[in-house]
Amino acid sequence: MSGLQIDDISMRFDLPNGSHVQALQNVSLDLKNGELMSVLGPSGCGKTTLLNIVAGFLKQTSGKIVLNDKQVVGPSADRGMVFQQGALFEWMSVRKNVSFGPDMKGMPKAQSNEIVEHLLDVVGLQDFKDKAVYELSGGMQQRVALARCLANDPDVILMDEPLGALDALTREKMQGLVLKLWKETGKTIILITHSVEEALLLGERLLVMAPRPGRIHKEYRLPFAEMGVGADLREVKKHPDYNTTREEILAMIWDMEEEIMGRTEESAA
Amino acid sequence: MIILGMYILIFAIAALIWAIVGAPFVKKDPFTALKTVTFGDESAIRSNRFASVISVISIFVIWGSFTGSTLIPSFLHVPGPFQGDTGFTYEATAPDGTKDTGTVRALAHPVGAVVELPSLDDLEESGFAKNFATTIPAYRASTIIAGKLLEDRKVQKITSINGIPIAPEGAVDIENGQVRMNAKGSLTFEPEQGMQMAEQFLPAPEKVGKRFISLIFDGYQNVTLFEHLGLSLFRVLVGFLLGCLVGIPLGYAMGLNGWFRGWFDPIVEFMRPVPPLALIPLIIIWLGIWETGKISLLFLAALWIMAIAARSGVSGVRISKVHAAYSLGASKWQILKNVIVPNSLPDIFTGARVAMGVCWGTVVAAELVAAQKGAGKMIIEASKFSLTDIVIVGILLIGVVGFGIDILMRILEKWLIPWKGKG
Repeated sequence: MSGLQIDDISMRFDLPNGSHVQALQNVSLDLKNGELMSVLGPSGCGKTTLLNIVAGFLKQTSGKIVLNDKQVVGPSADRGMVFQQGALFEWMSVRKNVSFGPDMKGMPKAQSNEIVEHLLDVVGLQDFKDKAVYELSGGMQQRVALARCLANDPDVILMDEPLGALDALTREKMQGLVLKLWKETGKTIILITHSVEEALLLGERLLVMAPRPGRIHKEYRLPFAEMGVGADLREVKKHPDYNTTREEILAMIWDMEEEIMGRTEESAA
Repeated sequence: MIILGMYILIFAIAALIWAIVGAPFVKKDPFTALKTVTFGDESAIRSNRFASVISVISIFVIWGSFTGSTLIPSFLHVPGPFQGDTGFTYEATAPDGTKDTGTVRALAHPVGAVVELPSLDDLEESGFAKNFATTIPAYRASTIIAGKLLEDRKVQKITSINGIPIAPEGAVDIENGQVRMNAKGSLTFEPEQGMQMAEQFLPAPEKVGKRFISLIFDGYQNVTLFEHLGLSLFRVLVGFLLGCLVGIPLGYAMGLNGWFRGWFDPIVEFMRPVPPLALIPLIIIWLGIWETGKISLLFLAALWIMAIAARSGVSGVRISKVHAAYSLGASKWQILKNVIVPNSLPDIFTGARVAMGVCWGTVVAAELVAAQKGAGKMIIEASKFSLTDIVIVGILLIGVVGFGIDILMRILEKWLIPWKGKG
């Protein structure tokens, strides 16, 4: 069975004072190859924990993760990761950052150069390839991060709020780029975000998670990602379904936040 | 006290002059010029180069003025010691009440000059109070025992100087100096010292400059200046490099492995606050006063600083970089080489700058204690013979070299790790 299976994952952190936090409880998911799923939820719902487990940086307390029939036991090149910011290697040029994965594998220079040149074209950084990454703007740095991840040709790309630190205009451009890369490369992508709009635009599937314990609250299947490929994202946003779904999800998350607030107030009293 | 007052006065006057006439010379960058709030806005403060220049010049002027330097016009000199012919008359009284007067002539002359005694030929010699001549080098006093002035010092007593009464243990101020009388009735004549400093306390700038040149070509005690400084630098470099060679891997091990950290933490944390100078006695007992001892001391001075710098460099690596490298397929060894080491270089360089500074200070101090050659040895040896000019040349050069090392490290840092602070 190909694709990514997340099978009944639970994650429990024991605290030094004897209590514990149930970060994830019985989370199950099934992603087909080439699916794009966005994950949304209030803080503390365990979405980053889930991503870290899939990436192999954390070990779940129960359940298992299988990627293309192979169980996940640690980080590996078949699951690429794009972080919010600050994960580029500032001591390397743009080109060196992008070729990091192939270089680590010991790929011949000629072959890796071809990959790097192609990806720099795709993300539009051909003119900046010999610059140091700290000379680039935030949006350009995230383009480098996307290219670096793609250069390794992973099966799944895990994105942890990749556009969270960008200004609104750059962010919209980058959303278009993510959709374009998704369509062109056919990668499976899991994207964590705080922005409901981004989750709607970029999620072919949209997962809303709830906190305490972290769990799947609701899943949507949305047409907007397909509509957005190569199109003007602002046109997509005018779609009537877009607005109704947005209001619905916003209300859902507001309720969760209120519930958390109420609970902390109770415990404080 | 006077020097401090003068310095503050120069500071205030220069600031005042600048405030009145300086404005046209200020080159503000166009943006700062438009700011209305500058008090409290650190970015609007530019170091005033004009002030820096005056600051350095005024130190030299004060130095020159208090040493009678020939480099600055003489009206800037503070009064020097009195030089030239002077003297006084005294009156002595015999037990029977008869009085007689005598004259003392003195020639105050520069230190080291060969001079003749002032002539007394024009004076009439009569009675029991005799005339007397003496020469006095600058900054010195001359004691004239009573027996040289009086025929019979047991019965005759000196009672006044230039008409002013004097008693044993008293003093009389005269023109150009002071005459004191001790308990036994002898006189001490001290010409005015002025405010300038004697050469053994502070030589004039040009004398220090001359000494600097003679140290370069002839050296001191058959060792040239460059040998002294070169040997000190050599010790610093060897000690520092050995410290890096051991300290950096140790720091990495402590940053990456719990057993290493647990094992070395107590040692490093204990040794770090111990000033290297406090180890000198033990090092001398164990290793003697030769090169091994001094280089071991510098090695120890650099070791802990470099170990801590490397450790904090490893701790400072952002976890997302390490995660990114792992998910790009890097092995542990590749992550060490491509992520952890380059990421820790800025910290290591900061540590290296501190370590070089500490090593330079330590080597000079160690040479003060025991050495055959070296910058510290040169100044401590010179100080034993009151060769203050060599001491000052030494101190200035030690400062210049220390500053030079720091500048060099900063240039290297800019060149080798341009990404510092930009992660």
